[in-house]
Amino acid sequence: MTDTAVPAVPAAPALLRLSGITKRFGALLANDAVSLELRGGEVLALLGENGAGKSTLVSILFGHYVADAGSIEVNGRALPPGQPKAALAAGVGMVHQHFTLADNLSVLDNVMLGTEPLWQPFSRRRDARGHLLDAAARFGLQVNPEARVGDLSVGERQRVEILKALVRGAKLLILDEPTAVLTPQESRALFVTLKKMVARGMAILFISHKLDEVRAVSDRIAVLRAGKLVASFGDATAVSPQELAQAMVGRNVDAVARDAARARPPAGRVLCMLRDASVAPSGERPALARVNLDLRGGEMLAIAGVAGNGQRTLADLLSGLLPLASGTLEIAGRSLAADPRAFIRAGVARIPEDRQSVGAIGELSLWENAVLERYASRRFATWGVLRMAKARDHARIIVERFDVRGAGALGLDAPARALSGGNLQKLILGRALTGEHYRKPVPLLIVAHQPTWGLDVGAVADLHRRLLDACAAGAGVLLISEDLDEILALADRIAVMARGRLTDVRPRDAWSAAALGLAMGGNQTAPEARDAT
Amino acid sequence: MRLEPRTHTPAWLWLAAPAAALGFTLLATSLLVAWAGAPVGRAYVLLLEGGFGSRFAWTETLTRATPLILTGLAAALAFRARLYNIGAEGQLYAGALAAVAVGGLHGGSGFAAPVGLLFIAMIVAACVAGALLLLVPALLKSRLGVDEVVTTLLLNFIVLLLVSAMLDGPMKDPGALGWPQSVAIADALQLQPLLERSRVHSGLLVALLLAALLALLLRHTTLGFEIRAVGANARAAAFAGMPVGRVMWQVALLSGALAGLAGAVEVAGRAGYVTLDMSPGYGYSGIVVAMLAGLNPIGVVFAAVFVAGMLVGADGMSRAVAVPTYIADVIVAVSLIAVLVATMTTRWRVHLR
Repeated sequence: MTDTAVPAVPAAPALLRLSGITKRFGALLANDAVSLELRGGEVLALLGENGAGKSTLVSILFGHYVADAGSIEVNGRALPPGQPKAALAAGVGMVHQHFTLADNLSVLDNVMLGTEPLWQPFSRRRDARGHLLDAAARFGLQVNPEARVGDLSVGERQRVEILKALVRGAKLLILDEPTAVLTPQESRALFVTLKKMVARGMAILFISHKLDEVRAVSDRIAVLRAGKLVASFGDATAVSPQELAQAMVGRNVDAVARDAARARPPAGRVLCMLRDASVAPSGERPALARVNLDLRGGEMLAIAGVAGNGQRTLADLLSGLLPLASGTLEIAGRSLAADPRAFIRAGVARIPEDRQSVGAIGELSLWENAVLERYASRRFATWGVLRMAKARDHARIIVERFDVRGAGALGLDAPARALSGGNLQKLILGRALTGEHYRKPVPLLIVAHQPTWGLDVGAVADLHRRLLDACAAGAGVLLISEDLDEILALADRIAVMARGRLTDVRPRDAWSAAALGLAMGGNQTAPEARDAT
Repeated sequence: MRLEPRTHTPAWLWLAAPAAALGFTLLATSLLVAWAGAPVGRAYVLLLEGGFGSRFAWTETLTRATPLILTGLAAALAFRARLYNIGAEGQLYAGALAAVAVGGLHGGSGFAAPVGLLFIAMIVAACVAGALLLLVPALLKSRLGVDEVVTTLLLNFIVLLLVSAMLDGPMKDPGALGWPQSVAIADALQLQPLLERSRVHSGLLVALLLAALLALLLRHTTLGFEIRAVGANARAAAFAGMPVGRVMWQVALLSGALAGLAGAVEVAGRAGYVTLDMSPGYGYSGIVVAMLAGLNPIGVVFAAVFVAGMLVGADGMSRAVAVPTYIADVIVAVSLIAVLVATMTTRWRVHLR
């Protein structure tokens, strides 16, 4: 923070005041007498694990929920509870973790949606376009107003969400886990945008569980744990990550990292081989162009890159969902039909990017989700009849081994949608890794796409540990992630994906930060070679 | 009004919600009864007596409920897989035509077979006719993305015109004095009455058996698991390796066969021949029955008996007091809406402000 022109924060009037907010869901006390103050020109970080009550608190602030007790004041005036419209009118803007955009509409349509009165005969697209481009230029948020939102990457969608709030004249912007989907460069760009906003007198409520970025971006930090405000720090730069982690979790957490001595050239056999593998683009799915890759047993190979550059296509290809247009794909030396079952049977454990709507079926119970990939095997079915006792046993083992919590009184019969994101991911990971069906204790190959997005510190550490354990036991792990910190902490070798192409796979230490950044921007060649062209 | 998801549904609500729905329905429709100039209390007593108040009332209700159970099961199964089959009416008629084609025309064609074999052939033909009629929209949906609501709905009219053509053409009964009516199936192929002096026939047992089988299928078989998974989230099901396309056509065959069977059972259990008005919208009412039952096969039986009872009771009521029989349709329609709202309250907490 070189910006020395930070306004005198304490003198500014409170833009937002939450007093004694309490919210109960059945037996769960989601918010327990939480009081907060936020002034214009400052960033307040709200830190807490999943389930700590952050989302509930901002949902109350934004009028999605009504608090059982407590009051909200914006600019000194009480905000009527339970009315998102009133919150919007008072200048409260919100960027949800799960975006609230219409995929089939353009960026401009999404920004305009709900801003125009019903009886206005013609929509003022030209004006709205002007406002949108104006806000985009002012805060450095690049967008194409005519692009279809469904075609945008997650990072781009977030920009649209922020612009939506800005165009509506938000004075107070709430960001729910905004960096979970961004590259470091994108995160830094977002932080610059946030600084521009607060310099103009806006207030930002920044919700996160990433300690470093919270310290980098915010002026003050408030920590929620189990619904209570357990700590607040007046100077974000003066507090150590350890202090924050302890306040957040209530105990010490050690980040998982690959032992440097273990990052050696892999010796195992090639488990996944791609040669000139190409997939044609279709609809929202970007193409894959002549990708080459060798993944060996016992190594973790990470694919870095900015969202929407073909990582999902690669993950779908290795999950058995897509056929190749040309080239070869071999799993343990065999080429397989594009059928998820063939890949599962060959020992590929798949962790999809979207755990809520691809990884699990929310309406089905835990035990049904636990056997979703293998219900038809001889272990779980005879003559087309499900062996429910066996399936439940299997589910119980997964729930115990992978510490899946939150099912409540219904236990294995609870619908999967009752689980939090972290616990759902544990269930999916457990389903993929629990291996009585394999002859080996771990699967051959693990394809994990953004496995930790949106998870809290504890859940991330747990997942990383399990991936490294599987790796140590001989599995090959392909980690597709947009989180560079995660990749640098875990991977043996790294390749970068940009515009459907994959760079060479190089050992982690052979990558400089500059080279990674350039490759993520789509430069396939080394910097010096670029000058020659 | 605001809705909040419930983390827990209290036990009393499972009983109170449907009871409140029924109470609201009777209250709302009583306005119409009063408007028609009839004493409300007496009209309802007559309605209930007509539907459920005597041995005769029960047998009539169950006779009407038989095809409704089958079309209700057809709709419930298809809807579970998100295959929106609005074409049970057409499939029912196709099944009825196929039943007559096998069971009624063999005499003229010189085709002879033992009665048992012929009966099986008749039932199978009806099921196949209904199944094929739904298979086409299902394949159009899974291969080309054609909306099955449109195709199945429009096929109903095509089938009805086909029935009309057959009744005036190849299947016309020469002895019907010019009425558009098909030849009858052989007497030996008729379903037996279950009770003396009633029209209730053994088709009811078939319908009940199928409801039980379908409940078992959905809960205990891999196909049932696939149907529920594909219906709840087709993307996740495909990711897990489920054959989504195969499930769709299997569901289409089963659902169409159930509706086609309803046609054969109506023919074999009642008149013995096909007329253009043999179904008072059983195919469409089956959708209502399935929705009332929450797409649960066992629930379909109760919902079908309720709907049939209202239809039969309204006939009796309209004869005694001057309320048109259409009141039954109103009651069924209002109860559907009320039940849907009531079941919503079991999943969401409603705040009124």
